[in-house]
Amino acid sequence: MSQAARIDEIVAAHVHREGPLLPILRDVQAELGCVSAEAETQVALALNLSRAEVHGVVSFYHDLSERPDPRPCVEICRAEACQARGAEALMDAARAAAGERVRLADVYCLGLCSVGPNAKLGDEVHARLDAARLASLIASA
Amino acid sequence: MTFVRISDDALAIACGAKEVARAFEAAGCTVERVSSWGMHWLEPLVEIDGLGWGPLGPGDVAAVLDGTSAKAIGRISDHPFIARQQRLTFARAGRTRPLSLEDYAATGGWEGLNRARSLPPAQVVEEVIASGLRGRGGAGFPAGIKWRTVLGAPGERKYVVCNADEGDSGTFADRILMEGDPFALIEGMAIAAHATGAKQGYIYVRSEYPHAIAKLERAIALCGGIISPLSLEVRVGAGAYVCGEETSLLNSLEGKRGEVRAKPPLPALEGLFGCPTVVNNVLTLAAVPQILSTGGAGDYAALGHGRSKGTMPIQLAGNIRYGGLFEVPFGMSLRELVEEVGGGTASGRPIKAVQVGGPLGAYIHPRDFDLPFDYEAYAERGALIGHGGVTVFDDHADMGTMAQFAMEFCAAESCGKCTPCRIGAVRGAELIERIRGGGSRSPDRVEALPQMHNAPKQSRSREENVALLEDLCETMRDASLCALGGFTPFPVLSALRQWPEDFE
Repeated sequence: MSQAARIDEIVAAHVHREGPLLPILRDVQAELGCVSAEAETQVALALNLSRAEVHGVVSFYHDLSERPDPRPCVEICRAEACQARGAEALMDAARAAAGERVRLADVYCLGLCSVGPNAKLGDEVHARLDAARLASLIASA
Repeated sequence: MTFVRISDDALAIACGAKEVARAFEAAGCTVERVSSWGMHWLEPLVEIDGLGWGPLGPGDVAAVLDGTSAKAIGRISDHPFIARQQRLTFARAGRTRPLSLEDYAATGGWEGLNRARSLPPAQVVEEVIASGLRGRGGAGFPAGIKWRTVLGAPGERKYVVCNADEGDSGTFADRILMEGDPFALIEGMAIAAHATGAKQGYIYVRSEYPHAIAKLERAIALCGGIISPLSLEVRVGAGAYVCGEETSLLNSLEGKRGEVRAKPPLPALEGLFGCPTVVNNVLTLAAVPQILSTGGAGDYAALGHGRSKGTMPIQLAGNIRYGGLFEVPFGMSLRELVEEVGGGTASGRPIKAVQVGGPLGAYIHPRDFDLPFDYEAYAERGALIGHGGVTVFDDHADMGTMAQFAMEFCAAESCGKCTPCRIGAVRGAELIERIRGGGSRSPDRVEALPQMHNAPKQSRSREENVALLEDLCETMRDASLCALGGFTPFPVLSALRQWPEDFE
């Protein structure tokens, strides 16, 4: 199926809801890896918005991106509670393990603040990480 | 056959609960997945006939089953961490299966809703006011007053919105509740809808909580008939911290950039799509079913300290030995919470600071640990209890780094609507860096121009930079539209004033 046809399907699945834009953009991001300029235009037309309005939303939220990054992504919590448990000291090892193959993203809190340092790969969360466990998690990504 | 209970909370899973559950199944046991007791240092925690073992790995299963495990903790409900608490909102934690309607009804579920529906809306509102329940999201506004405003607002279309965008570091009570007792939140929303005349509800959950989203969606599908005519929907955020602010959350629900709205108009009068809207935190709504049960409002109001009524689910986090969820009436001192209940730091080193209330909360010095957990007592000290997160730091923490991090976080997450937050946070981070880097910076070529009357002509000394930072913080505090810019000065100034040596 073409990308445009898939976006049409996503729009059709949500258009009856109140405030459908964010659910549509989340689905587009999840399936196509980004919300491209073409996708923005198509969604804007379908919802009777200007492309600027849609682009404004895409550029606002951290979860939405304008360009795809096909690499697997490991999100590492860098917030206060994980810092207090030594998350920052793991970052060099994490970068070394990730290299160019894996994308490391910062996340501010996974809600596991008593058992950090924590990281998330897809929908799987991992706690009580040390340098070795984080490196093996990144290697498995 | 041995009957084993293991939590399916995200935290237990992150600590390896799935592997432990599989190992028990392989050993011929029947495993039941329940909610979490909230004793996080013991996860994965296993319960057999009321007795507990933890933290377990798959290799510990045989020893547990033949009674030789050294990880036994005795009867879980008698454990000092649990026995010391007074759980109202989290009464079911560890005791029920999260998605079992049978368990929910057997533990008093729907009693509050049924009783509320037998009362006129105005009386439901009066009971919530009488309970003294205040918004648990951080601002502490009386929930009943908000409901009364929505009830009295003209309009056919009204909404009830649950703020489940729990972005503060050091907080996880919303997540535990949504994953462990989703029907309690749904029942609270149904009561709010009855009390205010709303027909549609939204639960706005942050995208970082996939387990909570899945649980809520299944729970709503299971109890749709019970909460009718209220129709509920889960909406997933997209990674913006500021969407935890209620007006920004409403914009996000409408499909807009999550920018903060100026108040007034209050969301209670012109909220979602311009209609009267109740916006409450997860813990606020989940406290409501108990309050609406027979005599509940009076019981709730009898607990607490000063004007902070009822119980607060406190989250012990960061570098703490016994971290987890600790629900007690307001008024407990930080010393008792952190040193006695929490057992000091996980690293065994001395406590340097405790941040209460998430990234926007002040850092509290151990000499102030007698402060009672109470909205007003904290506000008087220039601190806040926020969502009840308590994050402990040991003496490795560098408070200058933490202050700079607070400004950088504000700069990264600012919605951009108001200048003190958008520009102030960037300048604040630069200033702290400069102060820590030795202090001075010479005027650049533009600043040196004669027509730049207001630009300094000599480099500022360290003292002048510190004074400038204090001035900037005051501007951010007083002139920002919402708590992000307005409260970022709390961690910054508390760090600067109490640990000036970390800014050298």
